[in-house]
Amino acid sequence: MKVNMVSAINSALNLTMQESEDVVLLGEDIARDGGVFRVTEGLLNKYGERRVIDTPLAESGILGAGIGMAMAGLHPVPEIQFAGFMFMGFGQLINHAARYRSRTRSTYKVPMVVRTPISGGVRTLEHHSDSPEAFYSHVGGLHVVVPSNPYDAKGMMIKSLHMQDPVVFLEPTKLYRLFKQEIPDEMYEVELGKANLVKEGTDLSIITYGTMVNQVTTVVEKRNLNADVLDLRTINPLDESAIIQSAKKTGKVLIVHEAPLGFGIGAEVAARIAEKAIFNLSAPIIRVGSDSFPYPFPGYENYYIPNTLKISKAIDRLLGA
Amino acid sequence: MDNIQVLDENGSVDASLFPEGLDDGKILEMYRYMSLARALDNKILSLQRQGRAVTYGPMLGEEATQIGSAMAMRENDIFVPNFRQHGVFLLRGMPIELILLYWKGYEEGCMIPEKVRGFPYIVPVASQMPHAMGIAFAQKYKKSDVAVIGYVGDGGTSEGDFYETLNFAGAFKLPLVTIIENNQWAISMPRARQSAAETLAQKGIAAGIKCVQVDGNDVIGVYKVVKEAIANAKDGPTVIECVTYRMSMHTTADDPTKYRSQAEVDAWKPRDPIDRARRYLSGKALWSPDFEAKMQEEQAKVIDEAVAKAEAWKPDPKSIFEHVYSYMPEVLKEEYDEAVANDFWQGEVSS
Repeated sequence: MKVNMVSAINSALNLTMQESEDVVLLGEDIARDGGVFRVTEGLLNKYGERRVIDTPLAESGILGAGIGMAMAGLHPVPEIQFAGFMFMGFGQLINHAARYRSRTRSTYKVPMVVRTPISGGVRTLEHHSDSPEAFYSHVGGLHVVVPSNPYDAKGMMIKSLHMQDPVVFLEPTKLYRLFKQEIPDEMYEVELGKANLVKEGTDLSIITYGTMVNQVTTVVEKRNLNADVLDLRTINPLDESAIIQSAKKTGKVLIVHEAPLGFGIGAEVAARIAEKAIFNLSAPIIRVGSDSFPYPFPGYENYYIPNTLKISKAIDRLLGA
Repeated sequence: MDNIQVLDENGSVDASLFPEGLDDGKILEMYRYMSLARALDNKILSLQRQGRAVTYGPMLGEEATQIGSAMAMRENDIFVPNFRQHGVFLLRGMPIELILLYWKGYEEGCMIPEKVRGFPYIVPVASQMPHAMGIAFAQKYKKSDVAVIGYVGDGGTSEGDFYETLNFAGAFKLPLVTIIENNQWAISMPRARQSAAETLAQKGIAAGIKCVQVDGNDVIGVYKVVKEAIANAKDGPTVIECVTYRMSMHTTADDPTKYRSQAEVDAWKPRDPIDRARRYLSGKALWSPDFEAKMQEEQAKVIDEAVAKAEAWKPDPKSIFEHVYSYMPEVLKEEYDEAVANDFWQGEVSS
């Protein structure tokens, strides 16, 4: 089938719900309304309100309920309407979802997939455009996933629902309907913790994920660069070996993400390269991210999100070094 | 709203309220468990003072709330505690050495045997309540008749998670019994300043939930209201406020003399839950000083054996790495290998 990311995730949820009665969806406006982005559309009709649950408006309650449901044997998929609202349930994720397995030495586990839209570029109101992946990755215990295309979105969602761990599944709003891709109708898995080498080259490595994958490939194609483009896909746990392998091969590394630059994923990736491959490098590692301040109002977002020019200039610096 | 008391301070019962199916044998058993809980509480406190346990939150004075409610649970009912329900754990069959392992600072103390049907201690106040609600959700989903009993303190009723839980539970008619263990103090904050609400139980009213207040030092009264709430759980949730008193400090890191008077503490002494049950049993000729001496001796032995077990137990740092995920990701494995290869765990943390 040729589908966009919304339909791909919907298909993954549908197939896993068909496969196991333990899979239950809950969240605000996900049932009758099909979710504000229509990701869960049609599932209420198919599975009923027992399994597709419209909840009261309470993010901490939704995530905490998910944790309880998971520990009691279900495999809940809570949806938080926008990542900016997930901070209201941050404590539940960090204090409990991330550590329940370790604090009970696997006596209790939290098989749960938290879905939420992230990132900007679609002119939404305040608090609807955050890229919070670093927050959830820092704690350990949570898988943090950011798909960049329909194929990965479906495969990683299915894989997430086949695991016995909590997964924070971050869906870039901008990519929901940006393009379609031919993907299998049936069930398939995309491993978590494995990056995807989108383009192969020898002159430089560009490490990126989420909304920036398309920006980066656009620049690479336009400039006809001989570059590795590595789509991380999973932020935590990081596919360090793929990163190091590419860095060692090209000796020049650019990291690009939409999340703010400071204390971000780029810093983590750069630090790992510095520790393991610094003597293979022929240029300093360069990071490109949004500027280090809170997400602006939509009128200003195009000045904030890294664009092709910003990425291109960073490549100039890297290649000129 | 009802305010229930069955067993008064003199050990007399209100026959009109006496719970159906409760016999003296069970009351005696509750007395034994309250005594065991108090003995264990004293033991952990003394271990902590000797540096053999970490910061500990004593339960002194709250035995009736915990034992009465735990005794009311059916075999398959599930409980979700905060960090003070040591008595509930005991009655539900938690091995004492595991309780001790937790308070000695080891996660292995949270490896709760399945038959206990309980979840581990939770420290962030009231954050356990949404879990209890989700667990109740799962019971309803699976069409089981299991009830979930969640514990929260008086301070916890000010938290958002508490209100979100009650609201959800009411909206979905979940089999959730919320027990507010109102011990009058949230560290240094007295009940009167925690909320302008006349009772804490009434917080259930806004959520459309049945609520009741009970004398939390009356083990029979607590048993009664919890039993009834569990029997009604299939039709929806109940909030129960057990009015008790924290006779001891918040935790071993706390000095209550800074914020409350001895006179206030003394005023609660005649209401002691164990003394009260003893007066009742004594009146029925079910208690004697000999019985007490023998029981205490037995309980001390059981506790000492558990302490010996817990202190003989050796931690394995490998376990920290092994249970973060369902498998060990490469990046974590590398940190683990590095620690092992370099004997990091043999190193000393300097002062």
